[in-house]
Amino acid sequence: MARIIVDDYFCKGCGLCVDACPVQILELDMATITEKGYHPAFCEDQSKCTGCMSCALMCPDCAIKVMR
Amino acid sequence: MAEKVLMKGNEAMAESAIRAGCRFFFGYPITPQTELAAYMSKQMPKCGGTYLQAESEIAAINMVYGASAAGARVMTSSSSPGISLKGEGISYMAGCDLPGVIVNVQRGGPGLGGIQPSQSDYWQATRATGHGDFQIMVYAPSTVQEMADYAYLAFDKADEYRIPVMILADGMLGQMMEPVLMPEPKDELPEKPWATTGHKNERKHNIVDSLYLTPDALERLNRERFERYEVIKANEQRAELFMCDDAEIVLVAFGASARIARSAVVAAREQGIKAGLIRPITLWPFPTDAFESVMDTARDFLVVEMNMGQMVEDVRLVSEGRVPVEFFGRTGGIIPTPAEVLKRIEAAHERVGE
Amino acid sequence: MSAEEKVVFERPHALLPVITNYCPGCPHGIVHRLVAETIDELGIEGETVGVAPVGCAVTSVDFFGCDMIEAAHGRAPAVATAVKRVHPNNVVFAYQGDGDLASIGMAETVHAATRGENITVIFINNAIYGMTGGQMAPTSLPHQITQTSPYGRDTTTAGFPIRVSELLSSLDGVAYLERVTVDSPKNVRKAKKAIKKAFQNQIDGVGYSLIEVVSTCPTNWGLSPQDSFNWMRENMLPYYPLGVYKDVVADGFANAAEAAAARSADCPVAHPEKAGA
Repeated sequence: MARIIVDDYFCKGCGLCVDACPVQILELDMATITEKGYHPAFCEDQSKCTGCMSCALMCPDCAIKVMR
Repeated sequence: MAEKVLMKGNEAMAESAIRAGCRFFFGYPITPQTELAAYMSKQMPKCGGTYLQAESEIAAINMVYGASAAGARVMTSSSSPGISLKGEGISYMAGCDLPGVIVNVQRGGPGLGGIQPSQSDYWQATRATGHGDFQIMVYAPSTVQEMADYAYLAFDKADEYRIPVMILADGMLGQMMEPVLMPEPKDELPEKPWATTGHKNERKHNIVDSLYLTPDALERLNRERFERYEVIKANEQRAELFMCDDAEIVLVAFGASARIARSAVVAAREQGIKAGLIRPITLWPFPTDAFESVMDTARDFLVVEMNMGQMVEDVRLVSEGRVPVEFFGRTGGIIPTPAEVLKRIEAAHERVGE
Repeated sequence: MSAEEKVVFERPHALLPVITNYCPGCPHGIVHRLVAETIDELGIEGETVGVAPVGCAVTSVDFFGCDMIEAAHGRAPAVATAVKRVHPNNVVFAYQGDGDLASIGMAETVHAATRGENITVIFINNAIYGMTGGQMAPTSLPHQITQTSPYGRDTTTAGFPIRVSELLSSLDGVAYLERVTVDSPKNVRKAKKAIKKAFQNQIDGVGYSLIEVVSTCPTNWGLSPQDSFNWMRENMLPYYPLGVYKDVVADGFANAAEAAAARSADCPVAHPEKAGA
């Protein structure tokens, strides 16, 4: 089963991963503010993750690790 | 046993640089340094070196910057207008503590000026080769032999202090021929662990950079660099004292004009005038110690330059009002004659004799 | 974590684990990663020397794990030229923006290219000066509003944008030119392929390779990262069409020099080997 880990230390909340996700399971976590002041991306349903890496490919900050 | 060979000054500097281990030369054509670049283009391929004619002086000095960052002994040469263009790269080299040798075979200025010999880049060389807080070392040879000797030494000093070094010559010295004894080729060069050579997965990555966005860091670095400059001032001053032991009229001249001044001193001595000559060889650091050694006897400093009066300000600074400082110069590419200088010595002698 | 779970995507080794100074959504980060992945995959981090520009990527010297040099504005090709001449076995790349490469450094760019320096250049074209706050760039589009073209770029006074890939494609020293973008996973993969080829060319001695990445500047364009890509697709791609602008290998030559020789076949002085034939 595939999953992703978003590293809040690097995430700048740009949302490019959110748009890139073909199964639309990524969103920005408006309840969280990172140390740098951003709303980080998070996966709201890992069970739907296909491990396609689209989010990671679009991430400008290497904040996403993909596992499958 | 090595023998003296007859060489042009420009060629002597080139050959000597190769013997000092310089294998990279980046230049752009300009009169009157042409022979240096031509010599390099001929010899570099023969010794496994690189001669590259850059698209501009700016590109050439930035190639010097790159080759130096990569750890090589590297040289560029130009003449006054071209040195102005190199100012950017020299500043960056200073900001990154990169060694390198820059030759300026000066011609008359400002602007396109002329192509005859001049010393009007003294201020540029010693005060403001480029923007920012920095100095470069400046050697002012006066003979073809010295052009070879100091081109050779310049590479060692550049590496020792991690500083750009300039040979400040002029069109007369560059194009005149004299017998010269070449220094021995170097086979060992200093290690440069800071150079960007590829880390081979054996060390942390090296960075050559002059950008410091925090003022504290930049100030600290500049202060450290100026501490190094103090060491250079203490250890690297060079000057020749000619007939200075009892000299009352002390001429001060460097490079080509020192040759004229020397003749005038000899002529003055023949008339019984106690004249002497201080010939700064390092223009930065300025050889202040040499001046202190004549302060007891000197009654007049006569500064002779091929410009409108530039080094004369450094002489005033070192004299601090203790000895009057006069100036005689020709500019625009005109070389003063010994007779002209002698007249000034005679006038000074009359004045201080009263 | 299941026993057979594997990491299939993570930060490449050649991209140091530091937070970049780039704005959120800035494609610089994507392109940095592609360069670093290439360095990892080719196993060349220990041999690579990168040359950074003046512009937003000025601090990239702190981000790449290989040895790095910060060049004066526009001079990266001259610096890279010298590094490559000193260490021909090193892999040398310059990473430059449009102001750096196509304005103040155009002479260095054209001449490094025409000399056929065996280096790799990554060129980020986002039609604006980012670092200084959004001034008109040599690649700003006609009527594009910037801080210094507040009424839109007036081509009667400010002239026209420079199409760098097209311009350089006429030079004999150039081996490979491709214009890519990184606005979608598919295009990121294509950009990666091009960048990797540009590095491989250098290793194989094919010659000067430049990859132009059509990019965005969300901050200075005043758009979200997503809207920036939309604006880029709508306006920049028609002006700067993606594609391969030169590829001497695809044309059947071993390297740029061979292609250049074929092009000058009828010039006797350029071909001393034919003398007396």
